[in-house]
Parts: sequence; C-alpha cells; structure tokens
Amino acid sequence: MKSVRLTSGLGFYGDNWSPVLAAIERGNVNYVCSDHLAELTLAILQKDRQKDPSAGYARDLLPMLTQLWPAASSRGVKFVLNAGGLNPTAAALALQTLFASKGWKARIAVVTGDNVLDQIDQLQASGETLAHMDTGAALGPQRDEWVFANVYLGAQPIAKALAMGADIVLTGRVADAALFLGPLIHEFAWAADDWDRLAQGTVVGHLLECSGQGAGGNFGSAGVWQRIPDLSHIGFPIAEVDAQAHVRLCKAPQTGGRINFHTLRQQLLYEVHNPRCYVTPDVVLDMGELELHDLGHDRVQVRGAIGHPAPAQLKLVAGYRNGWMGHAVTGFCWPDAMQKAQAVAQAVQLQMQETRLPHDELCIEYLGHNTFLGPHASPLGADDANEIWLRMAIRTRDKQHADAFPRLFPWLALSGPPYMGGFHGMPPASQLLGLWPTLVNRQTIETHVDVQLWEAA
Amino acid sequence: MKLRLSQIAHARSGDKADTADIGLFAWEPLGYAVLAEHVTADALRLHFAHLWPAHTLPPHAAVERFDLPNLLALKFILRGALNGGAASSLRSDNLGKTIAAQLLRMEIDIDTRQAEAVLTATQQVLSDF
Repeated sequence: MKSVRLTSGLGFYGDNWSPVLAAIERGNVNYVCSDHLAELTLAILQKDRQKDPSAGYARDLLPMLTQLWPAASSRGVKFVLNAGGLNPTAAALALQTLFASKGWKARIAVVTGDNVLDQIDQLQASGETLAHMDTGAALGPQRDEWVFANVYLGAQPIAKALAMGADIVLTGRVADAALFLGPLIHEFAWAADDWDRLAQGTVVGHLLECSGQGAGGNFGSAGVWQRIPDLSHIGFPIAEVDAQAHVRLCKAPQTGGRINFHTLRQQLLYEVHNPRCYVTPDVVLDMGELELHDLGHDRVQVRGAIGHPAPAQLKLVAGYRNGWMGHAVTGFCWPDAMQKAQAVAQAVQLQMQETRLPHDELCIEYLGHNTFLGPHASPLGADDANEIWLRMAIRTRDKQHADAFPRLFPWLALSGPPYMGGFHGMPPASQLLGLWPTLVNRQTIETHVDVQLWEAA
Repeated sequence: MKLRLSQIAHARSGDKADTADIGLFAWEPLGYAVLAEHVTADALRLHFAHLWPAHTLPPHAAVERFDLPNLLALKFILRGALNGGAASSLRSDNLGKTIAAQLLRMEIDIDTRQAEAVLTATQQVLSDF
C-alpha cells in the first residue's frame, strides 16, 4: 500500500536545518513541513515590516532553501512552509529572485487570506464581537493599538496548492499541524469530514511541528536527559502514513536523539490545553484513547486518535502595543554577593522614587539563584554564593521612561558596593506586545482565502 | 515519606498567550496513580500562587487538570500565570518553559511502602530507557 513520509522542517524561526538535510538525504521523505511561526513570532515579524514594507516574512527561508533545494529537488521532495509570516507574497518574490539567480526551477504556491488586520471594521460590522477567547473580555480601546491580526487557517488551502502542482507551498498563519495534514489530504484524498483520519493526521502534525522536541530534545528530568544520544546531531522526527491513517514515527539513520513512548508523549501533550478537545480548523482532536506503541530502535506506532467535526469558528490572534519594558543586568562577585545584589536593587528603587520614574510594574530577579524556581529554589547555603546576577525590569507606558531605567545603573561601577562586573551597557527599551486571541466565523474568513501558483525561473 | 515529583515523573511546559500549559508524566503506572491522587489542580494553585499578579492566590477556575491514563499523564493549564504572556512579560523566562521544572520540585507525602514500590518500578523503567 502507498505510504507517504513527512519530516519536520524547522520548529521555529531560527531553528537548525541540518537535521532536515539528513532527513532528505537519508530519511527517504516526500515532504518537508516547516513551522517558522511560534505564537510570538508574528510580533517579531511585525517589527521587521514596520521598518521595511517588503519584509515581514521569516528570512531564514532563503538560506534554508539555498542549502536544501538541490538535495530535495533531485529526489522530488516538496516543501510546505509557513515562512510567509505576515507577508507571504514578499516571501515568494524573494524566493523567486533567489531561484532565478541560481537557475533553479520550481512551482511556488502562495496561500493568503489569514491576515485580516485591514478587515476588522467589516468583521465588527458583520456582528463579530471579537471578545477575548480566554477571559471573555469585550474588545475595548486597545483595538486602536492592534499591529497584526491573523486567523489560523487549516489544511485545505495547502492541499489545494499541492493539487495545483506546487513544489513549494508558502503560507502565512496556519494551524501548525495543518502544514502536515495538508499533504496527507492531498495524497490520500481524505474527505473533509473523515474525522478520525483527519485526527490521526493532526496528531502527526502535532508530533512533528516542534522539530527536535519530538525526538528527545528538551526532554527529561534529573539523570535522564543525559541518556538521549548525540543531541548535536539530532534527527528530527519523520512520520510514515498510509491512506488508512496508520502512522509510524521514526528518524533518519545515523542521527542523534531518541524516539520512544516517553519522548513522544511529552510532545503529544505540548501546549494542547484540553487533550480531549484540541480544536484545530480541520478537526477537533480527542487524544483520550490514543496509544503509542514502542517498536524499539527509535520507532513508535501511533493509533487511536478520535476526530469530531471541525468548529464553525476559527481562531484569530491579534497583537497590540502594550507599553514598554526598560531593563538592566549586572553581576556581583563574592564576598556577600547576594547581599550586594539586594542592596543595589534597593538603591535602584530609591532612585526610582527620588526621580519619580513612572512605572506600572517592577520585576527583580537574581539570575543564577531563583529566577526559574522562584519560591521553590533551595536557599543559599552557609557558604556565600560565588556570584549573583541582578536583573531588574520595569513596565512603562512611555518609551522615554523605559529608556531612562538602565541609566540608573552605571554610577554603581565606581560608587556602589565592591566587585561588580558584567554590566554590558544600557539595553534600549523593548516594546511590549499583548496578544488578543478571539474567534471569528470561518465562512467570512474562508471566502477571502486565495491560493496562487507562481512559476519560478 | 516525602517524595519530590522529579523522582517519579518528567514534565514539559509551554505557553498560549497568558496561559501556562504543563504536561506531567509518570514513568510507570504505579507512579501515575500517585500523581493522579496527590497532584490536584488545587495543589498547583497553591504551588504556583506567586505567578499571578501581586503574588496572590488565583480563583479555583484559573487552574484546570486533565487526566490521560492512556499516556500515564496529567495535563494542567494555569490561566493568567505568564505576566501578560510572552511579548508582554517582564520575566527572563517569558515563555514559561521552566515552569515544568518548578512543578517537579513539588513534594508529596505518601505511605512509605507505596513510595518504595513506585521508586523501585521507576528505577526499572529508567534502567531500560
């Protein structure tokens, strides 16, 4: 029976593509499905686009395909990538230019329609409340601060692009798992209401969308992470799927990492909230009966995903300007490292009072001591700490106040407690962006979804 | 006898907007039974109270638990626990990736014989890992 092999591409903007090359060269894959967009990434791309209207896509697309395309095209491997970010058309243009300069040929499809920032007024006029999905809060004046608004599209436009003959499908925001489900729908002609198969395909996507996290990366607790072999040459997970939605996970030979019951179930539940009701644009997935069977040698069989009908609404996530962060970091050496860090934190707060520096929140962290464990950190022992780093951050409404904050630190070099080191300058203020998740009627959105096929070179 | 969760479980955490999301995994079935009995949503609410604004205990509804006996796993979500969420947070760990480690620091008090049985079974699984 025909089967299709998909590999993880990148798991985020900035990830490593050497494991993808290994999957293409040694993993016998048909598709690379690459997720460049974490929830936060559109906020980063929005800042790029503000500076340059022809930017706003994940720029690692170009060096990645420069390295991968020769190996992929000679084997007929296709790509599905959400690297289009906020500007899939600009990404396709840049890719076209790259391919022309290399003399390479490819059919590039561009999926648009997820970006609805300029349609918000019409959406509201048509009766969408755009209330916050988690808190139920009504959309207030911060609507004026929105800088991006993208709907998570599903797998159907990707399947359509592949049916049109695309070698490379570029999208903006789509559900992460849809990058993987799209090729499966295309290859096996799964019906749009074949819920259990769509659910199995969604599980495949979810297991693969975070690259190394599906193969033993970021895994384990004390004493266990060391047993994952050769993380430096980790093999990203590969799924082999047939038309009946039988699924087997593996990775390319001679790669590091580990695929077994333990590493896969950790990825399976990653960021899904309610695992019995994981809502995607294509199917509502229930993992409650899911089974992972360890076959040994980095192979696991996946069965039992249950699918329920797709939702009538799609998720929209907007980003809005939400004030500024001013911050600074400096280090203190033994003796009395912690006491000095605490004294300086007090001194800086005193200066904030005396200069009436407006702020809504102050965050104080002692890096190397309790930043990550908070009140569950072990207390400092009778022996003084070798060194402690102080990090302070404030939230302000205006940029000038955030920029003023790190200027409260340099004087400490000559007039503060002894043995302060590692103050590496005054970082510029960072703009904070809030996320506003909400729901919109899917028909309204899907009417505007468009798939265009371009010939490159 | 006191057990720290790291002795019998592994965990991973992430984020969706201002909601932290944690998976907690027993290494074997005896450990799963212990987790299911002791690591309640309310226990997490107390353990993580410092993550909410002004370090105050959130309402019960802020923490929810989901049980996956097929995967020997418990799933938790903590609404409003990420200082506004990734791009709005002042924290070094703005994505909540280390919150899983904080959960593994939790201690539970259980019958000594039961604790020893879980530890032995866990060691067996780990030696085969």
